[in-house]
Amino acid sequence: MESLPLTLSGLEPLVITKDSNFVNVGERTNVTGSRRFLNYIKNKEYDNALKVALDQVQGGAQIIDVNMDEGMLDSAQEMTNFLNLIASDPEIARIPVMVDSSKWEVILAGLKTMQGKGVVNSISLKDGEEEFLRKAKIIRRFGAAVVCMAFDEDGQADSLDRRIEICGRAYKLLTQRAGFDPSDIILDPNIFPVATGMDEHRKNAVDFFQAAKWIRENLYGAHIIGGVSNVSFSFRGNNRVREAIHSAFLYHAIDHGMDMGIVNPTQLEVYDDIPEDLLERVEDVLFDRRDDATERLMEIAEEFKGESSAIKKKQDAEWREKEVEGRISHSLVKGINDYIEKDAEEARLKYGSPLEVIEGPLMDGMNIVGDLFGSGKMFLPQVVKSARVMKQAVAYLTPYLEEEKARNKDTSERRKVLLATVKGDVHDIGKNIVSVVLACNNYNVVDLGVMVPAEKILDKAVEHNVDAIGLSGLITPSLDEMIYVAREMKKRKLNLPLLIGGATTSRLHTAVKIDPEYEGSVVHVLDASKAVTVAEDFINPKKKDLVKQEVKEEYNGLRKKHEARQNKKQLLTIEQARKNKTEIDWKGYKPPKPAFIGNKTFEDFPITEIRNYIDWSPFFKTWMLTGKFPDILEHEEVGEQATSLYNDANKLIDRIIEEDLLTANAVIGFYPATSYGDDVILYKDDNRTSEDRKFHFLRQQTKKRKGQPNSCLSDYIIPQKYDTTDYIGFFAVTSGIGIEKLISEYENQHDDYMVIMVKAVADRLAEAFAELMHERVRTDYWGYAPKEDFTNEELITEDYSGIRPAPGYPACPDHTEKSILFDLLNVPEDAGITLTESYAMYPASSVSGIYFSHPNSRYFRVGNIGEDQVTDYAKRKSCTKEKVEKWLSPNLDYDPFKE
Amino acid sequence: MKIEDAIQDRILILDGAMGTMIQRYDLEENDFRTGYFEDHTDDLKGNNDILSLTRPDIIQQIHEEYLEAGADIIETNTFSATTIAQADYKLEHIVYELNKKSAEIAAEAARKFTDKNPDKPRYVAGSIGPTNKTASMSPDVSDPGYRAVTFDELAEAYKQQAQGLMDGGADVLLIETVFDTLNAKAALFGVQELFEERGQELPVMVSGTITDASGRTLSGQTVEAFLISISHISLLSVGFNCALGASQLQPYLQNLSYKSPFHISAHPNAGLPNEFGEYDQTPELMVQEVKEYVQEGLVNILGGCCGTTPAHISKMAELAKNYELRKNKQSAAV
Repeated sequence: MESLPLTLSGLEPLVITKDSNFVNVGERTNVTGSRRFLNYIKNKEYDNALKVALDQVQGGAQIIDVNMDEGMLDSAQEMTNFLNLIASDPEIARIPVMVDSSKWEVILAGLKTMQGKGVVNSISLKDGEEEFLRKAKIIRRFGAAVVCMAFDEDGQADSLDRRIEICGRAYKLLTQRAGFDPSDIILDPNIFPVATGMDEHRKNAVDFFQAAKWIRENLYGAHIIGGVSNVSFSFRGNNRVREAIHSAFLYHAIDHGMDMGIVNPTQLEVYDDIPEDLLERVEDVLFDRRDDATERLMEIAEEFKGESSAIKKKQDAEWREKEVEGRISHSLVKGINDYIEKDAEEARLKYGSPLEVIEGPLMDGMNIVGDLFGSGKMFLPQVVKSARVMKQAVAYLTPYLEEEKARNKDTSERRKVLLATVKGDVHDIGKNIVSVVLACNNYNVVDLGVMVPAEKILDKAVEHNVDAIGLSGLITPSLDEMIYVAREMKKRKLNLPLLIGGATTSRLHTAVKIDPEYEGSVVHVLDASKAVTVAEDFINPKKKDLVKQEVKEEYNGLRKKHEARQNKKQLLTIEQARKNKTEIDWKGYKPPKPAFIGNKTFEDFPITEIRNYIDWSPFFKTWMLTGKFPDILEHEEVGEQATSLYNDANKLIDRIIEEDLLTANAVIGFYPATSYGDDVILYKDDNRTSEDRKFHFLRQQTKKRKGQPNSCLSDYIIPQKYDTTDYIGFFAVTSGIGIEKLISEYENQHDDYMVIMVKAVADRLAEAFAELMHERVRTDYWGYAPKEDFTNEELITEDYSGIRPAPGYPACPDHTEKSILFDLLNVPEDAGITLTESYAMYPASSVSGIYFSHPNSRYFRVGNIGEDQVTDYAKRKSCTKEKVEKWLSPNLDYDPFKE
Repeated sequence: MKIEDAIQDRILILDGAMGTMIQRYDLEENDFRTGYFEDHTDDLKGNNDILSLTRPDIIQQIHEEYLEAGADIIETNTFSATTIAQADYKLEHIVYELNKKSAEIAAEAARKFTDKNPDKPRYVAGSIGPTNKTASMSPDVSDPGYRAVTFDELAEAYKQQAQGLMDGGADVLLIETVFDTLNAKAALFGVQELFEERGQELPVMVSGTITDASGRTLSGQTVEAFLISISHISLLSVGFNCALGASQLQPYLQNLSYKSPFHISAHPNAGLPNEFGEYDQTPELMVQEVKEYVQEGLVNILGGCCGTTPAHISKMAELAKNYELRKNKQSAAV
C-alpha cells in the first residue's frame, strides 16, 4: 500500500510523495543529542546555535528538528526563542520545523511560532487514550502533522508484535477520532541500538524493518520515521563505523518503507562507498544473520577508528577565494556573518581607513541588496538579515572609526536622523529598514515609532538636536499628514532636511504638495537603499546647500510641468487648433525626391566614422558634470574629472573598434506621402495608386500668441488635395548590438564605473550615428541639401534644414507609433532592434524617428491635449480611447479616471 | 440557499472597497465621534470601522450601493475591529459591539435585497483583517527573536471579533489580507475554538496577500507554502486580495487555483497606486484584466479591494454572468 503525499511548509513547500526520495530531518539542533548545541543554548550563543541549524539546511536537511529538553533550560522559553530566531533567517525558515519534545507545553510553545505547516515530535499512548486524543486534536487545530511513537501504557514497543499493535491502535485513533488525514500521521516504530552485546538487542534492526513493512502494507497513507543515529550507539567514538551503520541501516529501512529519518546528513557515507568487508559485517548485525555478528564487527571496527568520511562542505571554498570586496558583498547579500569581521579587518588594512571600508565595499554590498530587493529577487527577511551583517561589520569597525576621528581631531558627533511613521499610519517595516540601514552607516537614529503626531516629531527633533527628519507612511491619508508636518516645520522656523519615504509617496507628490510648504530641503527617498546617500547629501555641510538648491529646482520644474498639465483654460478645441495650422504655401512647391523609394539597410557600420559625430556635452551630464564640451575639459572645478572621463571614454571606444565589440546597424526608408488632416498617408509609388500605411500625429492645442501656429508634424507634408506627391523618410539606428557581453565583462569584475561608461558611450554613439545618417540623408539619399558642409558644432546646434523627430518625444509624443515605423522598415530583422511591451527600444543605445524635409519644418512640443483630440486620435488609430489615454497620460489635459 | 450551495452554481461576486467609498463622504473628526465617543481623548478620524456605530447610515448606504451593483457577498465594515488594531485608538473595549453592529447593518442590507429578489440570495462576510502586528516577524531588527504580539493574543482577539460577527448575523467569515500566515493561523485557531464552544459553524474564507514581485507573502511564504499552511481546515475558499492589481495577481492566482482543493477567491486592487497613492484603474480597464480570470476558469468568488467601487463591481457582475465558474479539483475536500 502507498503512503499519501505529506504536505509541509516553511517559507517554501515540502511535498513528500511516494516518489520522493527519503526525507532528511536535521537533528543537530537538539540539546539532548548535541553537546555543542546544548552549550550554545546554555550560554545564549544564539548566533552559533543558528549556525548549527544553517549547516543542517545547507547539508541537505529538508525538515529541521528542534529539541530543547534539558533540565537546566526553560525549555518552552528556549523553544519559542529559537524558533523565532529561525523564522528570521530565510535560509533556514525555508524548510518546515519539527518541534521535538516530550513536554506538552514545549510542543505548544513551538506550534505557536510556526507560520508554516510543521510536525510535532511526538505524542504517544503512554498516558492513555484520552490524553492522546486530547493532544492530537489540539495539534490538528494548529494544522501540524504528528509523529506518533510506538509507546503505550505498558511502555515502549521493543518487539515486532508490540510495534504492530501500538502503531495500528494509534493510527486508528488518529484517523477515526481525532480527524487526522492519514497523510499527516508519521509513525515512529523505534530504532534501538544494535551490536550492544546483549541478546535481546539482536533483533532491534530487523524488527524495525519488519514493522515498517507491516505499516506500509496495512496502514494506508501513513508515513514512517526513525531516529537513525540511535542504531549505532554502541560505536560512539568510531565515526567511520557509525557512518557505515547509518548508511546500511537507512538503505534497508527505506527499502522496507521508512520514508523519513532523523539523520545527520553530514554524517552519512554513500552506501556504495562502504568497504565491502565492513558492509558485510554491518549487515550481518542489522539482519542478525550470525551469532558472532557483533564480535566480527567489533574486530574490524578497530581498523577504521579515527577515520571519518564525512562529506566536507565545498561551498565555502569558492566564494572565499574572491577579492575582499566580493567576499564582503557576498556576505551581505547572503546574510552570512561568519567571516564579516575578518573581511572587514582585511578591507580596513587594504583601504587604510575604516570609513572608506564602510562607504566603499560595505555600501556597495548594501546597494546590491537594495537593487535585488527592489526587483523582487530578495524579500524582506533576507534584507533585514543583510542589514544585520552590515551592522556587525560596522560594529567591528567602530573602535577604529573613533580612533580615526580622534586622530583627525574631528570632534563632531555622529549624525542624527529622526524617523517616524506619521500620525494615522501604523506601517513601519520600511521605516525600520531605513533605520537599520542608516544605523549601519554610522548614523544615530532616533526612531519615534508609528502614529507619531507632528508636534511630537518636531519637539523631539529639537530636543535631540537631529540633523534630519525622515517621515514614512504607507496609506494614502499619510500623504496629507506629511504636508501638515512640513507646514508645522515652517511655522516653527526649522531648517532641517525633510526626507519623505514609503510606498504611497512619490517624487511628484513630494514636489507638488510637500516641497512648497517648507523652505528647508524636502526630498523624496525612493527606497531604503537610497536612504544613506540622500541622508549624506543633505547633511554633509559640504554638499547640503548645493543639493538643496538642485532638488528645489528639480521639484520646481516638476511642479511647473504638473501645473501646466492642470491648466485647462488655455486649450483650444481641436477644430480651432486645426484652423491655426502651420501655413505653408504649397502652390508651386516642388518636393525634393529621394534617391530611392523603399528601405536601405546599413549593417556593421564603421564606428570609426560614427565617433566623429559624437556630441560630448550630454555624456558629461550623465556623469553629473555640467558644462559644454570642449570647455568643460578646462573647467576650474570639474576639468580634471571631465578630462579623465573623456580619456577613459575614448580608450573604451578605441577598444570597441579594435576588438569589434559593438556593432552599429541602421535602416532608413523613403516613401511617397501626403497629409490628410493630422495623419500622413504613405503610398506604394509616386502615382499614389495604392495606399500603404498611415502615421498619426498630434496637434498643439494650447492657445498661441498671434501669428504662432498650432503645429502638427503633418503640416510639413503636402495635403492630399494637391496633385503633387510629397515624400517622408524614416530611420532606426543602433550602436548597441553586442553590448550585453561587454557589460557583463565589467560586471563580472564588479567594475560599476566601466559598466556605466559602456552604457554612456554606447548611447552617445547611437546619437552620433543618427546625426551622421541624417547628414547623409540631407546631402545624399534625399539630397535636398547637397552642398551642405557643416561642422560638428553646427550639426549639434541644428543649423541644417529639415527635422528628424522621434516617436515618444515632444513633437510626436505617442510611443506606439514606433511599432508602425518598425514594421515599415523591418527594423527587428534588418537592424536587430526590438521593441519592448512599453515600446522601448532594445538595445537601449538606439534612435529611431521620422525625416521631414520641408524648410519650414521645426521641432515643437505638442504639450497638453484635450479629450476631443484624444477621442479623434483614437478613431484615427482605430484603437480604444483608453489605450490612447494610457500611452499619452503625461499629455492629457484632463483626468480620464474621473467619472 | 446556503452560500455553500450557491458557490456550486455560479461565480459569486464579492463587494469592493469600503475605504474608497468612505473617502467620498469627506468626513470630519466629528463624524467619528457622534453619539459614542464625544469625549474620547484620542483622534478617531480615519478609524473607519467605528463609523458602523457613529454613522451607520453611511455604512448601510455603501452596502446597498454594492448590492445594487450586483454583489452576492458584502463584507462587514470590520477590517480593523480587533482589540489589537483598535488599541491604537484606545478603543479595545468596543470591539464586540462594533463587530455585532457592523454585521447587523450588513445583514439588514443583504436581507432587503434578498427579499427583493429571492433568486439571488445575498450573503454577509464578516471581514477579519490581519491586525497591525505580525506574529512571525520581529519589528526590531536588532532583536530578531522578539515578537510584538503572541499567537495566544491574536487567537483571543480574533475569537472575540468572530463572536461579534456571528452574533450580528454574518453568513461566512473572511480572514483577509493575510500578510503573515501565522496571524491567519491564529485566527483559524480562535475561530475553531469559538465554533466548538457555540456548537455552530460558519464557512470560512481565507485570502492572502502577495506583496510584491517576489511572489511571496510579506512574511516570506510562497503561494504553495501559504496554501499548505492553512489547509488543515475545510475552507469555503482560499484566495488573494490587495497589494496588487488584477493582472499582477494573475500568475499567483493561477498557481493557487492549480494547487488548491478549495474554491478560489480573488479581490485585487484597482491597479497599482499612482504617484499620489491613489488607485485609479477604471472599471473598464480592471474588468479587462479580470476577464482573464474568468476566461481561464480560475475563480469562484470575484470582487475588489483598494480603489474599487460599485462601478467596478457592477462590471464584474456583468462579466461573470457569461462565464463558467471554476471547477474544483477535489470537491471532497470542501
